[in-house]
Formats: sequence, C-alpha cells, structure tokens
Amino acid sequence: MAAVTQTIEHVAELERYKHGFVSDIAQDFAPKGLSEATVRFISAKKGEPAWMLDWRLEAYRRWLALEEPAWARVHFPRIDYQDSYYYAAPSEKAGPKSLDEVDPELLAVYAKLGIPLKEQAVLAGVEGAPKYAVDAVFDSVSVVTTFKAELAKAGVIFCSMSEAIRDHGDLVRQYLGSVVPVSDNYFACLNSAVFSDGSFVYIPPGVRCPMELSTYFRINAAQSGQFERTLIIADQGSYVSYLEGCTAPMRDENQLHAAVVELVVLEDAEIKYSTVQNWYPGDAEGRGGIYNFVTKRADCRGDRAKVSWTQVETGSAITWKYPSCILRGAGSSGEFYSIAITNNRQQADTGTKMIHLGPNTRSRIISKGISAGHSSNTYRGLVSAHPKARGARNFTQCDSLLIGKQCAAHTTPYIEARNASAKFEHEATTTRLSDDQLFYAMQRGLSQEEAVQLLVNGFVKDVLQKLPMEFAVEAQKLVAISLEGSVG
Amino acid sequence: MLSIKNLYVAIDGKPILDGLSLDVPAGEVHAVMGPNGAGKSTLSYALAGRPGYETAAGSVTLDGEDLLALEANERAARGVFLSFQYPTEIPGVPALTFIRTAMNAQRRARGEAEISAPEFLRLARAKAATLKIDFDMLKRALNVGFSGGEKKRMEILQMAMISPRFAILDETDSGLDIDALRIVADGVNAMRSADRAMLVITHYQRLLDHIRPDRVHVLAAGRIVASGGPELAHALEREGYDKYAKAAA
Repeated sequence: MAAVTQTIEHVAELERYKHGFVSDIAQDFAPKGLSEATVRFISAKKGEPAWMLDWRLEAYRRWLALEEPAWARVHFPRIDYQDSYYYAAPSEKAGPKSLDEVDPELLAVYAKLGIPLKEQAVLAGVEGAPKYAVDAVFDSVSVVTTFKAELAKAGVIFCSMSEAIRDHGDLVRQYLGSVVPVSDNYFACLNSAVFSDGSFVYIPPGVRCPMELSTYFRINAAQSGQFERTLIIADQGSYVSYLEGCTAPMRDENQLHAAVVELVVLEDAEIKYSTVQNWYPGDAEGRGGIYNFVTKRADCRGDRAKVSWTQVETGSAITWKYPSCILRGAGSSGEFYSIAITNNRQQADTGTKMIHLGPNTRSRIISKGISAGHSSNTYRGLVSAHPKARGARNFTQCDSLLIGKQCAAHTTPYIEARNASAKFEHEATTTRLSDDQLFYAMQRGLSQEEAVQLLVNGFVKDVLQKLPMEFAVEAQKLVAISLEGSVG
Repeated sequence: MLSIKNLYVAIDGKPILDGLSLDVPAGEVHAVMGPNGAGKSTLSYALAGRPGYETAAGSVTLDGEDLLALEANERAARGVFLSFQYPTEIPGVPALTFIRTAMNAQRRARGEAEISAPEFLRLARAKAATLKIDFDMLKRALNVGFSGGEKKRMEILQMAMISPRFAILDETDSGLDIDALRIVADGVNAMRSADRAMLVITHYQRLLDHIRPDRVHVLAAGRIVASGGPELAHALEREGYDKYAKAAA
C-alpha cells in the first residue's frame, strides 16, 4: 500500500528523464574506430598480462568473421562500428586507490545520481537501513568500489574487472568466457575484444555475502560505446544478491552498449541478480537513446544451484537481452522475473532461455511487458529439456499490457522437450489498459496519470516484489516516469 | 443539491438522453426507474463524467457548480460518487490500497490533509464490519474473483469510506440475493443525511422496499416522463413500463 502511494507522491517531483545531464570531466580516449590496434591500446592501457591480450585478439579475429544478428524484432540503421570510441576514461595517472584520490567532479556526478560512494555516508544513514557496496563504472572504467575491506573480512572479493585481472588472474582465467564463450554471439564477441571494465565478484564456499552488492554503470562521453564485463562466482553453498543500475546523458545520437554478464553457480550456491536498466531511451520522436545489446547468462554447475534474474527494463532506444540459465546440476533451478516497459519509439526484444540439462531441474518465468506510445515490445523465450533432464519442470507466464492504440506487443515462446518426463506450463495474456478501469479509478478521484500508474503497478506487482526492497521503490518510480504522457 | 436541466447526451453521435430534467435536493433519495434502453446507465455515466458521453446541450450543477466542465476525478473530489452496475476488476491492486489512494487523491484535490494509515485502517475495519465484509478480503486485488454480491458490497464500502455528498447507485440490486440486498440497503440507509443526496437507478421495485425513496421518476426514451411518490414504484411493478414507453415514443 505504502509503495503505491509513494509512487504517486514521488512522480510529481521527478522529471521525465532526470539522469540526462552531461558531466564535464577530463577524459582519455582511445583513437576512434575498431581495429587490432584499438584492442592492443585498451589492453596496454590496463596493463594486462599477455594471456588477456591474446584472449581479446582471438575474440577480435572471430568477431570479424561474424554477422550482426537480424532475427530480433527491432529495427535500426546499420551501426558503423568504426564511428565510435571504444575506450573513454576519466584522466587519472593510475586507478584511484581510495575515495580521497577520486576526482571530486566525479564524486559529484554520483551524488547527483543518488549513489552512495562514501562508506560513512551509508553507515550514517537511517537506522536499520541495509548497507550495500557499490562498484561505480564511469564510461570505460571502474572509478571506485566501496566496502572492499569489510567484504574482504568475509573472504568476499568485490572489485573492478581490471583489478581482478591483475590481482586474481587465476580465478578470472579459470572462469572468464566459460559461461558466455568468446564467439557466443556477435555482440558478446565484440565485448570480449574491447571490454574495458566491469565488476568481479567471488564468494567463497559457505559464505553468505554480508551485504547487497551493486554496480552502477554510467555512460558520459559522447560517441563512445560502453562494453562492460561482469563475472560473478558463487562457490559451494554461498549466497549473494547483486544489483546493477544504468543511466546515460540525453544525446541526439545513438550510443552502443554491449555488455556481457557471466554467473557461475556451484553446488548449493545461490545468486540473485537484479537489474534496473534506465539508459537514456531517446526522445518522443525516437532521436537518440542507447542501443542495449546485452548477453547475460548463468551456469548452474553444481547440484541444487540456484539463480534468479530480476530485471526492470525501462530505458534504451533498443533492448536486446535474454538473461538465461543453464541448469546443469541435478535439482538446480532458475528464475526470470521481468518488467519491460516501452514508450514513444522504444523497441524491446527481451526474454530468457532456460536450458534444462540436469535431472529434476526447475525453472520459472514471469514476464510483464508494457507497451505505450508507438513502441514495440517483444517477449522472446526458450525453454528446453535435454534427454538427461528427467523430471524437468517449467512454469512460464507472459503478460502483455497495451496502453493506447499505436503500440505493439509480441510473445514468441520456443519450447523444446526432448524427454517425455518434462513438464512445461505456459500461460500468456495480452490485455489493453481498459477504458472501464481508467474510468473506474478516475470516478474514485484519481487523475488519469495516477490511474495509469496504479493500474500498471498492479500489473507488475508480482515482479516488483522480487526486487530488493530499496530498489523496488526506485523501480516503481521509474515505471511511473516511463509511462508519463502515455494516455490521452 | 443536484440539478439537471434539459440534458442531451449522445454516444457515437447517437442521442440517448433527450432533454432530461431532474432535481434532487439535499437530504433526499430519489429513484429513477425505467425499461431497458431508456438511458438509465447513460444518465449515471454522464453525471459521473465518463469520457465519450458527449453532452450536446443542457446543464448539470451540484450546489450551483457546473459539473459538465469537470473531469471525472474533479467531480469525484467535489463529492460525486457512482456505485457501478458492473464494478471493474483491478488486478494486482489490493482493495485497501485502491480505496486509500482514492481517498487521498480526493483530499489532495480539496486541499485537505491525507488520511493517516491508522485512521484509515480503523475506518476500514468499522465499515467492513457493518457491511459484513471479511476484512481479509480487503487485502485481495479489488473485485478480482469476487462474486457479484461481493462486488456490490465493495461498492457500498467505498461509498461509506469516501462519504460523498451526492451518490448515484446504478442497479445496485442486480446480482444480490435477499440477504445481501438487506445488508447493502442497510448500508445505504445508514448514509442518508440532511447534507447528502442520492439517486437510486433501478429496473425493479424490490430495492425500493429496502431503500424508501422520497421521489420516484420514470425514465423512458431519454426523458423523465412521470414523477411521483413511492407509490409510483408499486404502480410500475403492477402495470409495467409499456404505457410510458409508448407515450414517450
């Protein structure tokens, strides 16, 4: 109850896209365009070992041989991969070691975004407020990671990918690319060649991570792409909850974001991964906005491993994203909870893959798509059971809500059962936000905007409940803002 | 209180209300009866401000204020309440959330302070008890999976909590068994007061045995064609609407 009221209360004070500012920060760029030299530049800039450079170059060579995929229900002009910067970083002699060394201008950016980078600021917060550690990625590099010392006491490693390659090379080498292989797909392959930073997490056996971990991605530079790489390893019997948030300035040109996230879940371990994606969506006429081509995959390698993806996708001009679960271990389980909202000229083609390899594996998919304006919103999902996945179970529910008459919703589920004992259930609904509902709520005193928010929040409630509490409120506000002006 | 003068309403260009006039003074309960297709539901929607109900001519005022110039939510904030003939399901929104959001939206619009959570819950418990509604039901999504009778009781509960100045009850008796009818009627009667008026729209006389109207009006072919005391409802029950429908045609 409070949350819904809060949504309505907060909307008035929020602008349409409040993260659209540009920050004037001295930055270093790689030469424009993509070549072997670009890859070498990035690797050298980060002082990487030879094996990492070789890995990147191999990816680059494979990428040259791949074709950009065309199967998704999204339309955009051909991307000129030579017309972009692949590396942009705030000018620093070396990566900052502590907050005191971070450019105050940069700290101001995060303060403006409401991201706590000062540990004491979090500690001094409201009594009982949960702590969460933040890795802040600004364009191509991680600028700071908070609470590292406290996490280290529990044996948890939480750092930027650059640091991990330097300080935890064995772990990175063992797991990097083991879930999403270098040439898995066009965009993942591009990422493998030019990824600049991202977060690395390792949770040792039996450890329950003492706080929420989060990474906050910010694109700032013009004409630059962001290619981050996240790798999370939950060792046997461990648990971690991780959240990522993303924003970008408002610009007329499109910017490319091609990330890769790999989750490795060992025996009896659990990862809960939440995303609140609020990249700049472009303006009402469809000018500008982020092209968001992301590969996210979890591998439940151990028995009874568990992974849960929750995503709230409100931003980006184009979203192409299918967080997936490979259910390899016996009795392992995967969940996918998604809210995807498109308004104006946004296009989203998003969903999940649940690959049941092991016996008695279970998966659950709840997808809520909302389309408004002239947007297009597609759920695309695969549920498959391989011959050894005896007793595999899946439940899928895909609901689409249409607001207005110019938008489109599509549901494209693929189901493959290669053994007779698999049980898959699929439910799907498509509804239009009805005039009856709107009038009913307005008769009771809600303005049209408030009525839409209340009805939409009701529609997505099942998924919002899966988010960590402090982000559920944020997500609810986002839902409201994304749909401003969608009716009438 | 409510004054309708020479009201013409069309839907998709088709005229439905055809010069309807009606006055409901404060403190009174009036019934509007009429055959199917006479325009009863159109009247309730037009008064509440449903989009698509185009007013071609005429006026509707509440205590002298022009209602037709206002949006549905603005009319609600000024005290207009409609108990729907077919209440809409609101998936995912608990009844309590819905009612509190509505009450606070109205209060904000009037420049009043919002109702506090404890005060709201106290009120909801008390009103639910008098309407014999299980309080746990208010934690469920509004009207989703509710029976016809439960939905109607939920409408009266909302009315009791919102406490409007002018209430329209559109076919509130449809879908109610005799016990539920009595509970609903008791709920409505409890709200009769000197500074409130109600318009009870019904096809059948039976509701009016429980909610005694001060005046009864016959609506046929988009106009009020006869008005009288409560005895008019009994005459209609005996004689049917035919002679009014013919006279209006």
